[in-house]
Amino acid sequence: MSTSPTLEREGPVTSPGGGGRGSSGAPRRTPGLAALLVALAALLVVAVVTSIVLGSKAIPLGDVLQVLTGHGDGVADRGIVDARVARTLVGVLVGAALAVAGAAMQGLTRNPLADPGLLGVNAGAGLAVVVAIAVFGVGSLSGYVWWAMAGAGLAAVLVHALAGLAGGGVTPLRLTLAGAAVTAGLASWSSGLLVSSKQSFDSFRFWQVGTIGGRGFDLVVTVLPFFGVGLVVVLLAVRRLNALALGDDLARGLGENVLLARATVAVGVAVLCGAATALAGPIGFLGLVVPHVARFVVGPDHRRIIPVCLVAGPTLLLAADTVGRLVAQPSEVQAGIMTAVIGVPVFVVLVRRGRMASL
Amino acid sequence: MTADLLTHAGARAGARDVTAVDSVDVAHVVRARRRPARRVRLVVATLAVVALAAVLVRVLLGDYVVALTDLLPILRGETLPDVPGASFIVMEAKLPRALLGLLAGLAFGASGAMFQTTLRNPLASPDIIGISLGASAAAVIALTFLDAQGLWLPAAALVGAVAVCLIMYAVGRGATFAGQRMVLVGIGVAALLSSVIQLVMTRTSIQDAQAALVWLTGSLARATWPVIGLLSVATVVLAPLLAACARWMRLAELGDDLSTTLGAPAGRARLGLVVAVALAAVATSATGPIAFVAFLAGPTARRLCGGRPSLWAAALVGAVVVVLSDFAGDYLIPDVNLPVGVVTGALGAPLMLAVVVTAGRAGKA
Repeated sequence: MSTSPTLEREGPVTSPGGGGRGSSGAPRRTPGLAALLVALAALLVVAVVTSIVLGSKAIPLGDVLQVLTGHGDGVADRGIVDARVARTLVGVLVGAALAVAGAAMQGLTRNPLADPGLLGVNAGAGLAVVVAIAVFGVGSLSGYVWWAMAGAGLAAVLVHALAGLAGGGVTPLRLTLAGAAVTAGLASWSSGLLVSSKQSFDSFRFWQVGTIGGRGFDLVVTVLPFFGVGLVVVLLAVRRLNALALGDDLARGLGENVLLARATVAVGVAVLCGAATALAGPIGFLGLVVPHVARFVVGPDHRRIIPVCLVAGPTLLLAADTVGRLVAQPSEVQAGIMTAVIGVPVFVVLVRRGRMASL
Repeated sequence: MTADLLTHAGARAGARDVTAVDSVDVAHVVRARRRPARRVRLVVATLAVVALAAVLVRVLLGDYVVALTDLLPILRGETLPDVPGASFIVMEAKLPRALLGLLAGLAFGASGAMFQTTLRNPLASPDIIGISLGASAAAVIALTFLDAQGLWLPAAALVGAVAVCLIMYAVGRGATFAGQRMVLVGIGVAALLSSVIQLVMTRTSIQDAQAALVWLTGSLARATWPVIGLLSVATVVLAPLLAACARWMRLAELGDDLSTTLGAPAGRARLGLVVAVALAAVATSATGPIAFVAFLAGPTARRLCGGRPSLWAAALVGAVVVVLSDFAGDYLIPDVNLPVGVVTGALGAPLMLAVVVTAGRAGKA
């Protein structure tokens, strides 16, 4: 059993299916986890269908199927269906990426507050997009993608380098502090550039709220390989994550190359967050909330947490987006705002339960 | 820091109990105990002079240079026949900005230092936990949807900041780790509020959004005498209260249990936090959040004072930084007037990284 210092409420691992109760060893694919994953997948399907069908104009399911099977020539709302399908696809990718990245990041930093916002990733992508708009006159979403990705990656490297500068290794606390510092610094440089240029700000203000709408299939295809690479890297490193969650000394004692493990996971996380932010803009709290709920349900083993996040992340993001479309018709409340509205109460509950006192 | 306090306490106890202690040793200990305190006093005095000099620079120099000899007559309200415009420029533009910068800097510096020391967390300054953002969100809403003008804008900001404080206190209170929890709740609320601000930004005209962005960056451009009056009254009322709490700052740093054992009045540190919140809220309402001042003043002052936290030094560092940054933002790049928050942000980010790195190195991040 792993006993990371951040998981004080760890008890016997229980899951709704009943399997996997035990105090020794780590059950691999127990019926409990499988049942849970099937249930979550069913929920995801429901979320996908509602995301396509519902909106400021509801589309009958039959029409959707006609369009999807290639017989949509007679359907009047074909454009809407196409846009909604693209939007849903973006939601699935971004939701999965952020939830998995959040779980990996929390394990990596042993910081229960870890979120893509934390390690400077969102702020790095934000500053890069601001530079692209204000300095290089980039004006389209597909133009932002590469900038956002590069910015996210550079910020992640910078945060790690800074945390390591002090000597004596990269500790979770230093990583967190360096992340917060880089975030604050980059954000204020962004606003410095924006204050003096009204036009740039006009473009940026719509990017920075974070939404999964308005992205075409071509953009999704561009970013798709990065999601793939990031997911594979993190999934392959799951075992290392469990070792890292024990703390550096114990992990080293277990024969883990701590530096390599950290670097691998960090690269995976940076790629995932960079791709998600490039596609949707900064979306907060998803990477914080989903892993916490997953950990609460399936226990501290990352081999169980990450699959759950992979399915639950998209479900939550799509639900948030669909609700955001319905509450503010004919306009919408962007997904990035809805996740904050859902996430903050969860965050406050977590803080009140004392699970985060060990920042 | 902690260790040296304990050694001093031990040395004093030793001096009292063991009567056979050499009087030379006692004298040595007494001198050793006084040296850091003297350094703090020296630093505070120097900083006070520097702050005054910064205000003078802000008022006298720039695109329109005013002679030092003309300043007193202008302040007395006399009109100078040979420089007709000087009186107006000083009294309506330069002096208000300098004074607002001074007062806001003092308030940000002091409240930041109070938070960081009491909560024993370098991240716990009002601009990182939600207080500044509470003020910002309320002000942005007032600015864009209610078309707030004049004193209504700071009033709205004040309401927002206080509301966040109440939420933080209500959710975070409890027997143990109250301070830690308050910080964490504050960070969460800050994230929610920045989402709210972003939403408002997309819902309004670009003109209003731009005005809101300037406010959010922190600017002294709206310095008017009523705002300065409000801020000085608040400072005069709150500063003595804060000073009373600051006496126990070094003990509060040791944590709740140890500081109570060593004789610090229980709850005094928490009262200090409430006062610091009020101070930060009033200052933010007047100028908008000025990046990094509250965050960096404390660590900088501490460095100057040789490792001792000093509220007064932190406040003065904040004042110097704000006044000089405003000056630099106005004149550093010709024809470009940058809000003071942009300058402190651009300068503050690398400094902040230095603080993080050295704090990590000293092992007390």
